[in-house]
Amino acid sequence: MSNLIKDNAIVVDEWTRVTPPVLGEEVVKKQAGKVVLFKLTGEPTYSQEQIAATQIPATGKILLPLSVWQANVERLAGRMAAGEVGILIATHEPLEMLAATFADINELPLIAVFVERFPDGRIFTIGNLLRTRYGFKNELRAVGDVLRDQLFFLKRSGFNSYLIRADRSAEDALASLQDFTQPYQGAVDDKLPVWRRLNRSHA
Amino acid sequence: MYKYDAIDQQIVNERVKQYRDQTRRYLAGELSDEEFRPLRLQNGLYIQRHAPMLRIAVPYGMLSSKQLRKLGDIAKRYDRGYGHFSTRQNLQLNWPKLEDVPEILAELATVQMHAIQTSGNCIRNITTDQFASIAPDEVIDPRAMAEVMRQWSTFHPEFALLPRKFKIAVSGTKEDRAIVQAHDIGLEFYKDSNNQVAIKVWVGGGLGRTPILGTVIREHLEWQHALTYCEAIIRVYNMHGRRDNAYKARIKILVKALGIDEFGRQVEEEWAHIKDGPNTITEAELHRVAQHFEPMPYESLPAHDAGFDTALASNPAFAAWVKRCTHPHKQAGYRAVTLSLKPHGKAPGDITSEQMHLVADLADTYSFGELRASHEQNLILADVKLSDLFALWEKARAAGLATPNIGLLTDIICCPGGDFCSLANAKSIPIAEAIQMQFDNLDYLHEIGDIELNISGCMNACGHHHVGHIGILGVDKDGSEWYQVTIGGKQGNDASIGTVIGRAFSAEEMPGVVQRLIEVYLKERTDEERFIDTARRLGIAPFKAHVYAEKEAV
Repeated sequence: MSNLIKDNAIVVDEWTRVTPPVLGEEVVKKQAGKVVLFKLTGEPTYSQEQIAATQIPATGKILLPLSVWQANVERLAGRMAAGEVGILIATHEPLEMLAATFADINELPLIAVFVERFPDGRIFTIGNLLRTRYGFKNELRAVGDVLRDQLFFLKRSGFNSYLIRADRSAEDALASLQDFTQPYQGAVDDKLPVWRRLNRSHA
Repeated sequence: MYKYDAIDQQIVNERVKQYRDQTRRYLAGELSDEEFRPLRLQNGLYIQRHAPMLRIAVPYGMLSSKQLRKLGDIAKRYDRGYGHFSTRQNLQLNWPKLEDVPEILAELATVQMHAIQTSGNCIRNITTDQFASIAPDEVIDPRAMAEVMRQWSTFHPEFALLPRKFKIAVSGTKEDRAIVQAHDIGLEFYKDSNNQVAIKVWVGGGLGRTPILGTVIREHLEWQHALTYCEAIIRVYNMHGRRDNAYKARIKILVKALGIDEFGRQVEEEWAHIKDGPNTITEAELHRVAQHFEPMPYESLPAHDAGFDTALASNPAFAAWVKRCTHPHKQAGYRAVTLSLKPHGKAPGDITSEQMHLVADLADTYSFGELRASHEQNLILADVKLSDLFALWEKARAAGLATPNIGLLTDIICCPGGDFCSLANAKSIPIAEAIQMQFDNLDYLHEIGDIELNISGCMNACGHHHVGHIGILGVDKDGSEWYQVTIGGKQGNDASIGTVIGRAFSAEEMPGVVQRLIEVYLKERTDEERFIDTARRLGIAPFKAHVYAEKEAV
């Protein structure tokens, strides 16, 4: 059973996510004994060694971290042209880097934003900026620690697909996309605040 | 005050449904503690020392008598028959059951109330001056804008999970009473040289572990842009605020790190993209909301009332109450009244269900059925006729709500502290009670005069100790409770952060320490000098000398 929601329905995931291998020990940052820490905006995600050691499937649609794409631009140019490459960025990676890599961001059929832990609300601003500032029109997907209680906010921030965390039901999560009928403020999905959307003077 | 239309009602109803399901999933084990935590927090539910604590939103402190009765009923039915008004003008219940919270929210929704975003890393309840609309020094009634901002911030999708909590205060008076400088964003409304409503925007203030007063990021902002400008500020913060260290995650740390010029440049750059966008406030929308805040249907009254003047002259107890607990009003023949929730020896800000019902009755009889909660943790009847004051006083006094100590030493601002709060390092309520009992002499209190004493049980500073003329902070030293004392803090236009006088004290020492601080003040003050003035003029040295000299002599 697929755990991918796209445009309000559960669909088969055609994309293979490519993840660089872990080399050596991973450092888990903690404060007061709890994992409450997030990577700072601009912190590097993978080392050059990890990027070099990354295995890329020879066929099919592949979802690559931006840094892996940057190291393989020439090799994968044909697959990009064929619409087989999507790009994944993490919430701490600057959007400017993504924008600078592609002359036209809409070359990409898919941009995925990886959220390591769900309380990292940078994902909402990233979604908003990709849609409103960078004009991205294709599939915008949330991946990682994606849970139903954040779906409504993700939708309003411009996402249209959500890979629900593997141990949770995408079926159950679908309902949360409809949590509120008429939200107050304008956002990406509906730019108008409620007072421009409806006539409230005699509601 | 603002009344919900069908849209507002639908949002709180849908919220009840959503939260009911979240609670069900948590109890069924489908949500982990860690996953449920931000969900319950964004609904004001803390897991406390003895029981959960539920913080109910009182938007910018405004309440109707009907709402207060409902709060009284809820406290009776789901709690232990009392509630606690907090320094953010909200009401807290200390003993509800986690599984009852959805029911409580459903009851609240019937009187247009909720607990949305009263905690968690999101935009919190927007606070303002408790004398909004009636204060003689008011330039702009900020409540309509506060309501527009409440709606905008409610379930704001982009700012649902910020690096840390985010507090906004609005003020429209010459004399700031909303501590705008101690907020993440402070909006100070004024009339500009073209007689248009404009906003001076402060950013990066906050108390807590690292107390910092805000800085002006924009001297002049047209009111229409309040939402988009705040969006620009919060967007820069959401992307660049520190998430690698919870103690350095507030916006004030980012503003300090970048410097106000660079931070301001980034905000202006962001704002250029969204300025004049759909979230720009229209005249029509402001007007729609402002209609709910029209002046009350006041009677035309003379500035004096013979019966009131007679009672004042003949009854010293009444006169003392009038002096401390009533406040000037824009409208001739009216006063605002503060009902003190600071009787000596009781937890500051606490109120019983019975008192809530009585206050609701008083509001109906004497003040158009509305009241306000102040950040000093008292209740205000804003529109009382001079001729009604004596009758009101008698009823309030009988209910223990007329201690004439507003603005005096025993009008202590105090967080729930270690008796309830799991974050606290030390108890705060027993310290407040002990100080109140030490100074349980009204003549002496009046002689000491205007002074603000604020107590927080930990560095999160819910009791605003940094801006107390005397501030007391509970600290943990090797597992026992100690208290650090600051003096010279102040709220208002000339806000300042207090200075620590020296090493911390035990709980038993605290009433004596405050006594000695007061002794220095009484000895050194010039005519007309308040405690804060003397403290500012002399600095901490003489206070420190007296407090510690006596200690060593013992």
